[in-house]
Amino acid sequence: MNTMNPTVTSETGAGVVEDKVAPVKEERPAEAELEEGVTVGTPYSDDPKFKLRNVEVFYGESRAIKNISLDIARNEVIAFIGPSGCGKSTFLRCLNRMNDSIDICKVKGSLQLDDNDIYDPSRDVVELRARVGMVFQKPNPFPKSIYDNVAYGPRIHGLANRKSDLDDIVENSLRKAGLWNEVKDRLDATATGMSGGQQQRLCIARTIAVSPEVVLMDEPCSALDPIATAKVEELIAELSESYTIVIVTHSMQQAARVSHRTAYFHLGHLVEVNETNKVFTSPEHNMTESYITGRFG
Amino acid sequence: MIEQGSQAEIVRQSLKKRYRKERRFRMYGRVAIAVALASLLLLFVDIIGKGYTGFIKTTITLDVTLDGEAMYLDDPTDKDQMSMADFQAPIIASLQGYFPQATERSDVRQLSRLVGSYAGNQIKDLLVDNPGLLGSTQTLEFLVHDTVSVYVKHAGDEAYSVRLSDQQKGWVDELVEKGVIDTGFNDVLFSRGDSREPTNAGILGAIMGSLLTMIVTLVIAFPVGVSAAVYLEEFAPQNRLTDFIEVNINNLAAVPSIIFGLLGLAMFIGLFGMPRSVPVVGGLVLALMTLPTIIISSRAAIKSVPPSIREAAMGMGASKMQVVLHHVVPLAMPGMMTGSIIGMAQALGETAPLLLIGMVAFIVEVPDGFFSSATVLPVQIYLWASSAEQGFIELASAGIMVLLAFMISMNALAIWLRKRLERRW
Repeated sequence: MNTMNPTVTSETGAGVVEDKVAPVKEERPAEAELEEGVTVGTPYSDDPKFKLRNVEVFYGESRAIKNISLDIARNEVIAFIGPSGCGKSTFLRCLNRMNDSIDICKVKGSLQLDDNDIYDPSRDVVELRARVGMVFQKPNPFPKSIYDNVAYGPRIHGLANRKSDLDDIVENSLRKAGLWNEVKDRLDATATGMSGGQQQRLCIARTIAVSPEVVLMDEPCSALDPIATAKVEELIAELSESYTIVIVTHSMQQAARVSHRTAYFHLGHLVEVNETNKVFTSPEHNMTESYITGRFG
Repeated sequence: MIEQGSQAEIVRQSLKKRYRKERRFRMYGRVAIAVALASLLLLFVDIIGKGYTGFIKTTITLDVTLDGEAMYLDDPTDKDQMSMADFQAPIIASLQGYFPQATERSDVRQLSRLVGSYAGNQIKDLLVDNPGLLGSTQTLEFLVHDTVSVYVKHAGDEAYSVRLSDQQKGWVDELVEKGVIDTGFNDVLFSRGDSREPTNAGILGAIMGSLLTMIVTLVIAFPVGVSAAVYLEEFAPQNRLTDFIEVNINNLAAVPSIIFGLLGLAMFIGLFGMPRSVPVVGGLVLALMTLPTIIISSRAAIKSVPPSIREAAMGMGASKMQVVLHHVVPLAMPGMMTGSIIGMAQALGETAPLLLIGMVAFIVEVPDGFFSSATVLPVQIYLWASSAEQGFIELASAGIMVLLAFMISMNALAIWLRKRLERRW
């Protein structure tokens, strides 16, 4: 049933869309144009980390995700783009079962991480979230010290038995997040006193402190200024060497800069998945084209 | 289309009106605060003005000859003799030293009413401890009689001298002039339990009773209330049963406190056969009464913890329990504490439910445990305020001051704890 497309290349999209057409608002394309469960481009991969088939998400009666099938390859950076309310965040949150806490939210379909079902009732969600970490839209450090923020994950998962091990983990994580030099002298200072950009990088450090395999990022830069954003993007590029990263973003430039593949969502449908430079230079689907050229969204 | 000039004019006029409104609103606020402050001031002035004399005791210092013959006593170790002896006699003899002409029977009776009725016991206790003192002369300090005490403390106020005869007043004035009758800080108030005699009555029994009762209330209500709030907010499924429980907790907060007294009487004393008048039962009843307050305020505190913190912890792979214990409860703790201490302060001032479980009894001994009979501060105030003796009225006011001091220190503690635990994000 699946058309297996060749392995996804890992070259970063260079072709940023410069020629943004003046925002002549056309009426939104009707949903009827979209055929359910049909995605153009290359949604499948040879070496999937996540294998997601026929995923549907319901909030009570309403269907937020409509029959989406997608592979997320090992060590790739995939960006989810699309207009607000298109379901990209909802879909992202299925990947580490963050939707569990919402009572009315029901997930159907097959979601596999390394060939193991994520939504298997016997599956331990704590173990899943230790493997699939998450960075949120708004920096949300715990109101504790910088050290305690990073050490929290290793502590609850029992990753460090000795204080020196924990110190190492904290230092490494902060180094990877490019924050070590800024905070090494004030690890005991409260994290909420840092700037927004530092807080977000601290949250990333906190997430990678438990050595997850996948990092989910839900609009990680939407609350940051351009300089902090640039730093976080650099960080994403470095992290992509050792982690699989899924990033939801509203900034198409950001998607173009950091991701290998880009997935375009619209009203709960996955419209198109392709290599990032292809999506931004020659999108296959006319709706993708309308979106990235700014005709709606 | 409005011309620009006239539009500016309209805005200017409306501005004037707006500012006037604002000024008026600020005035209302100032008046409200002034009224509140004035009432508070009035309350304090009234209570302190009436009650400060409660903190003063009046004593009479006499050289007493412990004359065995006058007391009908020759062996202080003989219990029968001790119970029959007249310990008042040496005191009267000593007073007669100041007023030699007072020899008539009625004069002697009036003289004996200058000192408190427990003065004889003081001599008895002295002799029981030191039998060898029989026959010697000792300088002893006695509490004066209630009527003398209020007369001395309110010198010149007619209302406080009606129960003394003119002769007694003359004596007292003379003794005060000679320095025999003197006033000092009322240590009796803080070292004894209740008494039939106002000068001899202390509030320590009630303070201890309140303290023991509050300990029981806190130990039961705080953990139960916080656990209930955490469960209802974090773990309970959203269904009809939970809604039903919620509605009932909110209703319980509005139930008159005397109903909780009836419940305690029926349940703890009637059904479980617990003793009456004891701090344990009082504490349990007040805990039931305080629970809704604690639950409601704790739930509000838990609700105010930002969801982003919860998400962050959950995203890190913390289990539900860890999210709650590591993040939600610590962040909600200041709010929970504030609510609990408000509830406790309410319980501290509660009288009605305790009347029903027998904590209104006249108890002389200072309670020494959770199962010894006790009364509490507000009930003690109620008992004194309804007594006839003038001395009790000022004691009641003094008791109110002690109670207020307790409340203010509890609130100060609450504010201190909140400031210490508060975290900003």
